[in-house]
Amino acid sequence: MIPELEKFFRVNKLPHIWCPGCGNGIITRCLVEAISQLDIDYDKTIVISGIGCSSRAPGYMNFDTLHTTHGRALAFATGVKLANPELTVFVITGDGDATAIGGNHFIHAARRNIDLNVILYNNNIYGMTGGQGSPLTPTGHFSTTTPYGSVDRNFDITKLAIAAGATYVARGTAFHDKLLTDCIKKGVENKGFSLIEAITMCPISYGRKNNFATPANMLEWQKNNAINVKAAQKLPPEKIAGKFLIGELHNEPYAEYTAEYDKLIAKYQEGAK
Amino acid sequence: MGNNPLEIFIEKCKACGICYTLCPRQAIGSDEQGKVIITEIDKCTKCGICENHCPDYAIIVRREKN
Repeated sequence: MIPELEKFFRVNKLPHIWCPGCGNGIITRCLVEAISQLDIDYDKTIVISGIGCSSRAPGYMNFDTLHTTHGRALAFATGVKLANPELTVFVITGDGDATAIGGNHFIHAARRNIDLNVILYNNNIYGMTGGQGSPLTPTGHFSTTTPYGSVDRNFDITKLAIAAGATYVARGTAFHDKLLTDCIKKGVENKGFSLIEAITMCPISYGRKNNFATPANMLEWQKNNAINVKAAQKLPPEKIAGKFLIGELHNEPYAEYTAEYDKLIAKYQEGAK
Repeated sequence: MGNNPLEIFIEKCKACGICYTLCPRQAIGSDEQGKVIITEIDKCTKCGICENHCPDYAIIVRREKN
């Protein structure tokens, strides 16, 4: 590990539990690198996660951390942020955790525009429980619960977040690590709900069923199928079809929830005097 | 160490093969277990692709500080 980042990890807990070739380690390093480059108080930084492969990450990170119940990371994070609005709150969640079990928490946290920085590790599958299909498993792809290919349409989580009211939405991949780090930094600077979808890879539960021979093949797939949103503006639609956009997809500031809540309290306390 | 910019923590390596597949100059390769080994260190340009894409933080690229 880069020596400058070592202080952000609970080094005695490493090596981590993730499978060989799992991209979660790369995403976690990007998150830690973004935190190291930001001017924030590390003692006022908290990392909260739900359940799943991705949600193991706070266990390795040397901050105040919460490992909560399945899908409820955003509910806990909302409470933490409302009680202590001065904290910088990161939420680490997975595709199943955020969009299936915690789907309602997700849309309502986005709707409130509460200042949380959500890093959604999208590995397209429920990795920890044995490779069941998640709402982000692409149509036609294989998992243990979709052995003949998934019939369901998958969510585009960034579009869902924009529609629900998130003020900063970006997407990065494990391959485009520098872009992902920049997106996380911008997400923290945004005062409001920030969603950063980090496309990672699960070579064991997802890759083996979907014709990815090695973890490096999955990284190369990310490299070949991602188009930067700035480059996409100049490309004809047929060149974008079937690929996904990376970079800053949405940035539209709006009143932040805890600030509005404090204003309301101040207004009525003033009236009581 | 000498002029070897790569420091590899072999006990952390899980033999996923990402580093030597992504290496643009084939400066690193695999041993019989699939773990990373240095093959032709003279080719290394210190680009950091292996360091940044190692999920297990097993590689450090030492760069001379100006």
